[in-house]
Amino acid sequence: MPPDTHSQVAVTAAAAELLRELAAEHGPLMFHQSGGCCDGSAPMCYPAGEFLTSAADHRLGSLTVDGLAPVPVWMARDQYAYWSHTHLTIDVVPGRGSGFSLEAPTGRRFLLRSRLLTDEEASALGR
Amino acid sequence: MTVYQPPGQPGSVVEFRPRYEHWIGGEWRRPVRGQYFENPTPVTGQTFCEVARGTAEDIEAALDAAHAAAPGWGRTPPAERAQVLLRVADRMEQHLEALAVAESWDNGKPVREALAADIPLAVDHLRYFAGALRAQEGSLSQLDEDTVAYHFHEPLGVVGQIIPWNFPILMAVWKLAPALAAGNAVVLKPAEQTPASIMLLMELVADLLPPGVVNVVNGFGVEAGKPLAASPRIRKIAFTGETTTGRLIMQYASANLIPVSLELGGKSPNLFFADVAAERDAFYDKALEGFAMFALNQGEVCTCPSRALIEGSIYDSFLGDGLERVRAIRQGNPLDLATMVGAQASNDQLEKILSYIEIGQAEGAKVLIGGERVELEGELAGGYYVAPTVFEGHNRMRIFQEEIFGPVVAVTRFDGFEDGIEMANDTLYGLGAGVWSRNGSTAYRAGRAIQAGRVWTNSYHLYPAHAAFGGYKNSGIGRETHKMMLEHYQQTKNLLVSYSPQALGFF
Repeated sequence: MPPDTHSQVAVTAAAAELLRELAAEHGPLMFHQSGGCCDGSAPMCYPAGEFLTSAADHRLGSLTVDGLAPVPVWMARDQYAYWSHTHLTIDVVPGRGSGFSLEAPTGRRFLLRSRLLTDEEASALGR
Repeated sequence: MTVYQPPGQPGSVVEFRPRYEHWIGGEWRRPVRGQYFENPTPVTGQTFCEVARGTAEDIEAALDAAHAAAPGWGRTPPAERAQVLLRVADRMEQHLEALAVAESWDNGKPVREALAADIPLAVDHLRYFAGALRAQEGSLSQLDEDTVAYHFHEPLGVVGQIIPWNFPILMAVWKLAPALAAGNAVVLKPAEQTPASIMLLMELVADLLPPGVVNVVNGFGVEAGKPLAASPRIRKIAFTGETTTGRLIMQYASANLIPVSLELGGKSPNLFFADVAAERDAFYDKALEGFAMFALNQGEVCTCPSRALIEGSIYDSFLGDGLERVRAIRQGNPLDLATMVGAQASNDQLEKILSYIEIGQAEGAKVLIGGERVELEGELAGGYYVAPTVFEGHNRMRIFQEEIFGPVVAVTRFDGFEDGIEMANDTLYGLGAGVWSRNGSTAYRAGRAIQAGRVWTNSYHLYPAHAAFGGYKNSGIGRETHKMMLEHYQQTKNLLVSYSPQALGFF
């Protein structure tokens, strides 16, 4: 995955393929990154607008997936304060269970892979 | 040491059905859409049963059964309701080994823990709420000589409960016991990672519960959990899980104007003050065990003491002794009574933990022990095992701030009381905390200063029924366990009665 210096989020090819499948069934999509226990610390995928975002949330960017409307990725603002120095890539693994996230019945699970922002990315993002 | 046979094998103390339907109205009910999903054991990664894949139609059927049962159950005298809970508790106790092995197989936890904690605690919670219900009293307030306000407890009616996978039976009982004691009927949605042991329990106590009082619908969150949480036919929704789903559940509840209780996890600090190391005695040994408690249940506990904060002057020596304690942890076949750490509950859980170990290292934290997946041999090769892992870093790193839900502790030092408390409170969460000190005043002041719902003081991971459990800050809303839970599942009915024959004089 080539780094996109203008975005803090990216998506792997496998996750993009799953997003296309889900969009065919559910329409436009969104992500909200969860915190906390059990299925937490994981990206939750919903039909766009299902999860009501507010001033308490930060939009990290949008995923570009061929054939789909941009998929916005959100996180609670207070949580973002601890994450802001990292770049996040949404991937997918075989798995089970994920709150009310749309992909659970497929036997796959979105997973966030993180790395530190490069200096160049950090300055482009104004960090 | 005993090694239990896997369920269904010759000599095993328990057997699962090959397929579980929903439990609705006191009987097995096929899913309306006829679909099932496979349920693997984390111990080997192999599927051991199929489970009904519930949808909105099944939730409606369960709600029908619950609404049919709720009025009668709510009118049942408290002593009789209490008796039902006591009988369920007795039945569970009689089948302790079977339930414990089933729980271990469904969840991956060591049977040692299920035998000593999960199942006995579930039994005790049922007995506790049976007693609490009998002892509960309403109140009356005399407003003047002829006017009295009576306060009665009434059940809410039908409530929804969505439970997690880390202690499937115990978490179900934490929610069921007060709800049933208070006279409610329940529709319960287990976690899709651990759908089977609760069904085994329902079958075991089928003859003890009136039909429809407890209904269990399995399935995926989006297909079964959401229609339950969003239903206008429940009077309360209780959920244990994470923050995003917690917010979504509140959103659905707001549409129906119903209360929620949410338990959403934490990043619990475990503070070790310098005086802990004043002597090498039993207390010091206990504190070291307290350090190693992050590995209990593979770290899959909302209150996992996943941040160890050690006072600077004892940092090196205490950490060294703590690591030795961690090195002595036995990991392996969960059905072996000697095993202390078993398998993570699912493959995606395993992957998530490994991704955190990666970002921890990328951020510059140092792995002192563990830090890798464990490949066991033979049948266990396909299971989801992670070595107990100790990181050293600082409190602003992501591994200090996010719930990994694995056997991973992040360790750092603090210098003095104020620094320790500031660091302990520098988190979004406030569920649990640990404070270790030989000085009662230090322990008291620290406990009061930490913003968390439960501060274990010179102890950790005790879960008695008669102590309230729940979170500050992002860790949730409401409490579990303790008799106050009865009121979380009750309405207050006020009869405001005048015994005076005199008109008020307004008209």
